[in-house]
Amino acid sequence: MTGQEYAFVVLALVGTVGAVRLVTAKNVVHAALYLVVTLAMVGSIYLVLGAEFVGWVQILIYVGAIVILFLFGLMLTKAPIGRESLDNQQRGLALLVALAVLAGLVFLIQDAFHWGDRKMNLVHNTTGEVGRSIFQHYVLPFEAVSFILLAALIGAVVLARREERE
Amino acid sequence: MIRLPLVLFFSAVLFSTGVYGVLARRNGVLVLMSIELMLNAVNVNLVAFSQYVRDIGGQVFALFVIAVAAAEVGIGLAIVILIFRNRESINVDEVSLLKW
Repeated sequence: MTGQEYAFVVLALVGTVGAVRLVTAKNVVHAALYLVVTLAMVGSIYLVLGAEFVGWVQILIYVGAIVILFLFGLMLTKAPIGRESLDNQQRGLALLVALAVLAGLVFLIQDAFHWGDRKMNLVHNTTGEVGRSIFQHYVLPFEAVSFILLAALIGAVVLARREERE
Repeated sequence: MIRLPLVLFFSAVLFSTGVYGVLARRNGVLVLMSIELMLNAVNVNLVAFSQYVRDIGGQVFALFVIAVAAAEVGIGLAIVILIFRNRESINVDEVSLLKW
């Protein structure tokens, strides 16, 4: 194992622990903080993989903006504390389905990519390359995404606004 | 050098954790958080394959997924707040008005 693999394994383990604690936490605010751990670890994994711009965007957008949105959502809706009131009755069935999904995915990955001979040469992708790719090859999807973002913004404002009683 | 299956296994674990969260949680905000976990698993795969095949398009699409996830969270939380305002609760199994 190379040094990069050790770094990846450590980050992945911390991220997995955060994810598992997120879906089992008894307190909704703790769940949001575990989400921060997982998202930050995923961002660090992007940096280890050499995807610099995606890594920093992950930190900025997810940890900076989306988690704050979640915390606002939690504060505007009062949620009871305790696992019984946060989980429903089908926890065992859900665990079964999740393990089945995991087993299926692991089998498929093992089947398609044999362990060992598929190695990534980690090249450092600079922000300039990503920008050139977006604005040369993916201009139309980029515009579509910005339109989606605008539509979602207007939709969120319309939905969350209180009705004016005339 | 990182072996590709290592990254794919991590992504699979993240995705199935998200599946468990979506299925087992009652609280609407926690369901949205679990959906974020699944979207992140997809993004890890996109970036890993982008490095594996040496095509930067995967990273561009990871950025698009992040933008769409931000839009989804905005709309989702607006809907959750609307449900809370109308029903004093955001438990998704109590919202069964459209259930046959």
